[in-house]
Amino acid sequence: MPAVYINGSKVEAKDGATILQAALDAGIYIPHLCHHPDLEPAGICRLCLVEVEGRGIVASCQAQVEDGMAVWTETPMVQKARQISLELLLTNHLGDCLSCPKDNECKLQEVASYIGINEERFKQLRMLAPQFPLDESNPFFLRDPNRCVLCGICVRTCDEIQGIGAINYAFRGFATTIATFGNKPIVESNCESCGECVVRCPTGALVPKNYRKPAKEVKSICPYCGVGCSIYLGVRGNEVVFVRGDKDSPVNEGQLCVKGRFGFGFINSPERLRKPLVKRNGEFVEVTWDEALDLVASKFSQYKGDQFAAVASARCTNEENYLVQKFARAVMQTNNVDNCARLCHAPTVAGLNIAYGTGGGTNPISDIDGASCIFVIGSNTTVAHPVVGTRIRRAARRGATLIVADPRRIELFNHAHVCLQQRPGSDVALLMGMARVIYEQGLHDEEFIRERCENFEAFVESLEQFELDFVEEVTNVPKEKIIQAATLYATRKPSLIIYSLGITEHSHGAENVLALANLAMLTGNVGKPSAGVMPLRGQNNVQGACDMGCIPASFPGYQPVKDGAVRRKFEKAWGCRLSEKPGLTLVEMFQEALKGNVRAFYIVGMDLAYSMPNARMVWEALERAEFVVVQEILMTGTAKFAHVILPGASFAEKDGTFTNLERRVQLIRKAIEPIGDARPDWWITCEIAKRMGATGFDYSHPSEVMDEIARLTPSFAGMSFARLEGAGIQWPCTSPDHPGTPILHIEAFNTPTGKGHFSPLQYKPPAEMPDDEYPLILTTGRSLYHFHLSMTRRVEGLLALHPEERIWLNPKDASKLGIADGDKVKVISRRGEVFTRAKVTEDVAPGTAFMTFHFYETPTNILVNEALCPIAKTPEFKVTAIRVERA
Amino acid sequence: MVKEAFDIDALIERHGRERSSLIPLLQEIQSELGYVPKEAIKAVARELDIFEVEVYEVLTFYAQFRLTPRGKHVIKVCLGTACHVMGGQDIFNYVSQVLGVSAGETTKDGTFTLERVACLGCCGMAPVVAIDDQVHGRQTISKVEKLLREHAANDVGKGEHVTKDAK
Ligand code: SF4
Ligand code: SF4
Ligand code: SF4
Ligand code: FES
Ligand code: FES
Repeated sequence: MPAVYINGSKVEAKDGATILQAALDAGIYIPHLCHHPDLEPAGICRLCLVEVEGRGIVASCQAQVEDGMAVWTETPMVQKARQISLELLLTNHLGDCLSCPKDNECKLQEVASYIGINEERFKQLRMLAPQFPLDESNPFFLRDPNRCVLCGICVRTCDEIQGIGAINYAFRGFATTIATFGNKPIVESNCESCGECVVRCPTGALVPKNYRKPAKEVKSICPYCGVGCSIYLGVRGNEVVFVRGDKDSPVNEGQLCVKGRFGFGFINSPERLRKPLVKRNGEFVEVTWDEALDLVASKFSQYKGDQFAAVASARCTNEENYLVQKFARAVMQTNNVDNCARLCHAPTVAGLNIAYGTGGGTNPISDIDGASCIFVIGSNTTVAHPVVGTRIRRAARRGATLIVADPRRIELFNHAHVCLQQRPGSDVALLMGMARVIYEQGLHDEEFIRERCENFEAFVESLEQFELDFVEEVTNVPKEKIIQAATLYATRKPSLIIYSLGITEHSHGAENVLALANLAMLTGNVGKPSAGVMPLRGQNNVQGACDMGCIPASFPGYQPVKDGAVRRKFEKAWGCRLSEKPGLTLVEMFQEALKGNVRAFYIVGMDLAYSMPNARMVWEALERAEFVVVQEILMTGTAKFAHVILPGASFAEKDGTFTNLERRVQLIRKAIEPIGDARPDWWITCEIAKRMGATGFDYSHPSEVMDEIARLTPSFAGMSFARLEGAGIQWPCTSPDHPGTPILHIEAFNTPTGKGHFSPLQYKPPAEMPDDEYPLILTTGRSLYHFHLSMTRRVEGLLALHPEERIWLNPKDASKLGIADGDKVKVISRRGEVFTRAKVTEDVAPGTAFMTFHFYETPTNILVNEALCPIAKTPEFKVTAIRVERA
Repeated sequence: MVKEAFDIDALIERHGRERSSLIPLLQEIQSELGYVPKEAIKAVARELDIFEVEVYEVLTFYAQFRLTPRGKHVIKVCLGTACHVMGGQDIFNYVSQVLGVSAGETTKDGTFTLERVACLGCCGMAPVVAIDDQVHGRQTISKVEKLLREHAANDVGKGEHVTKDAK
């Protein structure tokens, strides 16, 4: 540790620290403007000048400390030089602070008041009227170049943190400004509206629109995706007015994406459900909670057993999910409980369970930083899991090898060393082809396989059919690229696999997952830092909904309902008899409802009428059901089918926990009172149960539910709300002094034998292949600006950034069909048709089309095939044969 | 006609992929095409693995680079001190209005590029206009109109906008 003398007092500095850092850490202020602790020093503003004995004046943000260095921060020479720098900055800055949104929070004001200016000189030079036009194009923030001091913090943020380079300096001399490519309004650039530059800009040049200063802040977790970014909710009155990232979180280190930072408008939306509603003569009428709950309790009493089905919410907390499955199992006496994971990552849970014995991702998000090779497949990460996406971009820019495989030319292709554009549904062939290359070239990890794995021979035998010629034909990826990707993945260790729904949402989703699990074992990339397999879970708490036993075959912690000992444990704890028959999975529930076998539904926080495949089938089933209860925060497409709607509290209105994609259980905290008459979901479920005469539902706070979970679930045994303060804990956490488990399978796998299990695999084509009548393959995915449907469409700015559906078509296909960009088209599958407009783009390969599913106006999922993966029962969202016509 | 074709592979072969190749690359593209088209910026950014906006930064910093195609005739209207005093701005405004372009832009048909310059070194003849590096002193609106008409007339069928708008 070098020691320096600042103004005569001795200061211990960190190794490699700059003089500025050392001084600030020691509580000595040196004015600065272009320095930001998250960014590389740039030395632009020249305000941080100090005098170093023997060296003269230096910029303290760039000069590193040396042992014994003597630094003086306030000599007359320093003060004079700083004052000149400051005056030059101020003369190019619009001087009407009172009308600036940054007034009082502005760094320029701070340095100016510290340094002071020469009024006389300044008066003559100062800018009186704006010289540059404002850029108001982004719905969430404003760019005012007249208040810009050209410190370059925004430029470096977009480059170093966000990794996309949307802005930079342009022009020169007095005309110098920060511009996008072509000096276009920022919405027309590749800017992702993350707002990272806005929070770092020291002046009023970049400010959030409609900013209102919060009166207090409450720590919570982002309610959108499974990354689980830690946030502070800024509250004023009973309103959430601002969100900022939590710098101390290991998950996001302060970063947020556009949804997390700006997408909070749904919380206080006037469209929130405020009163319980009961459908009478086809119209919803407001009723009291007593009326609604009594009605639900008396109706549900008539549907006990397997004629009842509960759909739990991947949006709700762990505690609430625990209660929903407890209610279904203990009160309704059925295992018919499932959640939306069935539509996305059930194959992950099934596949990783078979291979490794635990259905969760193996490594923490922060391990991306240390990986030498990152293989991303079936994940449009920068769009669907943006904060993980930026981490991947940063890793690639730092030198990690990036391999990206996706049927679409996704944004990550721009940063990748090898890009594979495989045909939708051909992943097993691609991955087994890679495995074959690795095995044939002797790049596999023999020792790891021998000591830690089983069933290797059978796996090797199944490689036989994956001749590269065959693989090339099936996948449409040139052989050379497959060899290149395989060699890089096998040799640049540690290698980390990242995947998402492009792998799982297939009629052979679990096999795709097994193929990835094989690949990681083959190269010894499991149980080590920065290696492993990382499934990117979709919703904020989809991991938790599964962990909590909202799946038909398991109690919390994946304890099987078939296991007698487990069942007896729960029977004893809950004081009732429990069914040993695994329940229906999500799609099956609706298939059975159509047959009249399931007659009552309890649907919590899931808009399944628009997110399930073959949506029409689901609509019919809901219409046929005799009693449907929907618990929601907003009027959704699904809620319209309900007999009773119960208004739930949003994540900002209650305490609880969410579990992110790296198995980290994190606290959310009540920041505002529930809107209107809404109530926390845990309270609602308990009230229904109690009114049905059940015991074991008397909780006064969610922390008591967590205590019960810990008592009954070995992998949660050490958890409690008190311990979860801070950054949370990654399960398994088996005792109160257990620190949690960031990396799984370090010493042994969690399978019954303790060995990693290789699976021989065969290539199976998707359930539906293109033919003359339906010649194109439709694959679906997300947009950066939306999550599913109901929440983000209540956020005006998000809707402005992505207002409507488009079907992406390759120019070749489009011209064959006589379709031009922007034309209205009809998209037809074997199950239905929707209308939308065309976007003609090279980003999809010929023969392939792409749509999102975010718009009620264009219910894409009408088209999608409900063919199920036989192991995980997940439908094939990613491959649908379609025909497109001009409309 | 505006030239747009460039062979990025050949360019990269000659100059390499280093960051330091950026300026020579852009210079060669410009000397080939007379300007640096957007597609070229994208290609260069891709090949050098840098952001498009970084290339844009360099292009806008150096006066030598042009982002729009150069027309058949380049009209430079001087706005240096002397010309400014003698009404250079009026002349500039006039030309700009008649051609329908602003500084640095080229007419759609590719006939004229308008540029604003600061002192052509012949202040004695202010206000000064130079067409294709031939200097014309003591300009008035009617003289400029004539100049434009003459140059447009050399390109048969390409100068309609001049005769149409100018009085
Ligand atoms: S916009 Fe803000 S952060 Fe960017 S250069 Fe200007 S003052 Fe600095
Ligand atoms: S909002 Fe994000 S993506 Fe856009 S310019 Fe700022 S840092 Fe870059
Ligand atoms: S990456 Fe996901 S969790 Fe993080 S802010 Fe964005 S939506 Fe929220
Ligand atoms: S803070 Fe050091 S030059 Fe700006
Ligand atoms: S100012 Fe126009 S030629 Fe000098």
